[in-house]
Amino acid sequence: MERAPQIEVRGVAMGYGEFVVQSDLNFSVGKGDVFIIMGGNGCGKTTLMRALIGLQRPAAGTVRYDGEDFWGATEEGRERMKRRLGIMFQGGALWSSLTLAENVALPLAEYTDFPPARIAEIVSFKLALVGLAGFEDFYPSELSGGMKKRAGLARAMALDPDILIIDEPSSGLDPLTARRLDDLILELRDSLGTTIIVISHDLSSILAIGSDSIYLDADTRTMIATGNPREALRTGDPRVRHFLTRGSQ
Amino acid sequence: MTLAHEAAAGEAGRKLELRRPAEDSLEVVLSGRWCLDGTLPARDAVERELGAGVRRLTFAAGALGEWDSGLLTFLAGVLKACAARGVAVEQGGLPEGVRHLLAMASAVPEQKVPQRDAAAQSLPARVGKATLELVRGAPAMLRFLGEITLSFMRFFSGRAHFRMSDLWLEVEQVGPRALPIVSVISFLVGLILAYLGADQLKLVGAQIFIADLVAIGMVREVGALMTGIIIAGRTGAAFAAQLGTMQVNEEIDAFRTLGISPVDFLVLPRMLALMLMVPLLTLYAGFVGMFAGLVVSVTIFDISLFEYYNETLRALELKHFWVGLSKGTVYGAMVAFAGCLRGMQCGRSAEAVGEAATSAVVTGILLITIAASVMTIVYYQLDI
Ligand SMILES: Nc1ncnc2c1ncn2[C@@H]1O[C@H](COP(=O)(O)OP(=O)(O)OP(=O)(O)O)[C@@H](O)[C@H]1O
Ligand SMILES: [Mg+2]
Repeated sequence: MERAPQIEVRGVAMGYGEFVVQSDLNFSVGKGDVFIIMGGNGCGKTTLMRALIGLQRPAAGTVRYDGEDFWGATEEGRERMKRRLGIMFQGGALWSSLTLAENVALPLAEYTDFPPARIAEIVSFKLALVGLAGFEDFYPSELSGGMKKRAGLARAMALDPDILIIDEPSSGLDPLTARRLDDLILELRDSLGTTIIVISHDLSSILAIGSDSIYLDADTRTMIATGNPREALRTGDPRVRHFLTRGSQ
Repeated sequence: MTLAHEAAAGEAGRKLELRRPAEDSLEVVLSGRWCLDGTLPARDAVERELGAGVRRLTFAAGALGEWDSGLLTFLAGVLKACAARGVAVEQGGLPEGVRHLLAMASAVPEQKVPQRDAAAQSLPARVGKATLELVRGAPAMLRFLGEITLSFMRFFSGRAHFRMSDLWLEVEQVGPRALPIVSVISFLVGLILAYLGADQLKLVGAQIFIADLVAIGMVREVGALMTGIIIAGRTGAAFAAQLGTMQVNEEIDAFRTLGISPVDFLVLPRMLALMLMVPLLTLYAGFVGMFAGLVVSVTIFDISLFEYYNETLRALELKHFWVGLSKGTVYGAMVAFAGCLRGMQCGRSAEAVGEAATSAVVTGILLITIAASVMTIVYYQLDI
């Protein structure tokens, strides 16, 4: 597995109006990494994700995908880079007027010329991967919170993206389902070579799947590079150890 | 020595006593039942006492009965007052559970978040702010108008992405389902017009011209105006609420990240549905209004059915229908524009969705009225 940085973040700062959420973020994500962004509630993880996926222009700094400046690019260039991303939002963000199958099918219909029968097959398979086989014709409002999240992941995986960005996969999932999702993430990485960015504060999952990580600190409003979370747990920054041990260290 | 003393309040026998065991210390003695459902004492007495040279505060709760958050909020307030005055507090006298909960409440210090300017502002400040917001809103409106124009261009070149089934769903919502309310209102408005005309035309003995007034009035102006306003309240608000909820659920972000234009997918079918259906409803409203005029004229003002019919035919020209239809189309577009604009601008909370819906109706009716005036003047000048 080559380890050229696929995503590079340099000097990024983000905020809402005057309020600076995080600043001076520097990290790079290698191809095939499972990169964890961790931190307490409200420290700015989701805001960072929005800067990575083109929803919110950072106040400063650059984001590069394979060396190409994301925010400095033209609208078309950004669209092209975004097409390599699959994104699962914190709340699932399923389109409420479409059934699950239609939700997963829409990106496929949009960006491939597959015939409908083929698309239907792919959709069923992706839903089965996240444990939702048989729920094709359900509307999002007819699902539980955890099921919505899994459906959101199925939609994010629809186009087999190069880079999968997942906001809190396991919060709201029962332990067994969360475990299966971790396995799925590792499997996607191993078999499809997908680079995966996971925003999480689920400790067991962070330690189980992470290969690299950063910690966003809410007090200093900047990041701590933490490397492999398992090592960070043993030898990392005291604040990170405090977080990873649920405050007992 | 008991210095201050607040008597037991009511049935429960709750009691707060303040003792001064030493010159610089204060003991707070709690007894009886301290629950939210009873009346709780004010902290004034304690704070007054704290002001009088106290450096140390202790508690005695030996006779404390049942307690809940009532006691905790009281104590939290006392602790805060002590912290502000630099008084040392010994919580040893409190029950263990109380101590633990108080410690937890103070474990995470208050966050330093940006100040909210929620404080009441003076009237001039509020007016100024509202004006600035109005002015700042204009570019956003224009940008949205531009996005919609681009989207229409994609639509006419066959490249817009939306689902036909969405369009038909909206068409059904806007059209057939609005028929009852449009019928009722246009019938009543037709009736009002007929009475208004009858009263005035009686003076010159030309009551037969009621037919002209009602026909031209309903078909040219009032049919479209009433339909537009009904649709603004019924559908404009619904559009804003739907899109606003999608904004809250990050559904619109999900479209954006997939590179699917939410304007194409969500706004376009809604615009098309209204621009298609409002003219048809306008036409229908015109006929219902004329029918009301007929009923009134024949039953109340002794005009024969045949006379009324002939007079109506004489009065109506095709151009009146074109004027009505064009106005209906424009009003439909205005309502859809206002509803979708406010929906897409919606913030991320349930409250914001409500505001978006309200604002959509207000904006919609405002735009309709402006468009109505402009078009009436233009058509008059062009002699249409
Ligand atoms: N639209 C907004 N306007 C103003 N401030 C915002 C907005 N959205 C988020 N914030 C603030 O930005 C900070 C970071 O929010 P963010 O959603 O990124 O947190 P998070 O790390 O994802 O938290 P969680 O773990 O709870 O999901 C919070 O302090 C929040 O108050
Ligand atoms: Mg978040």
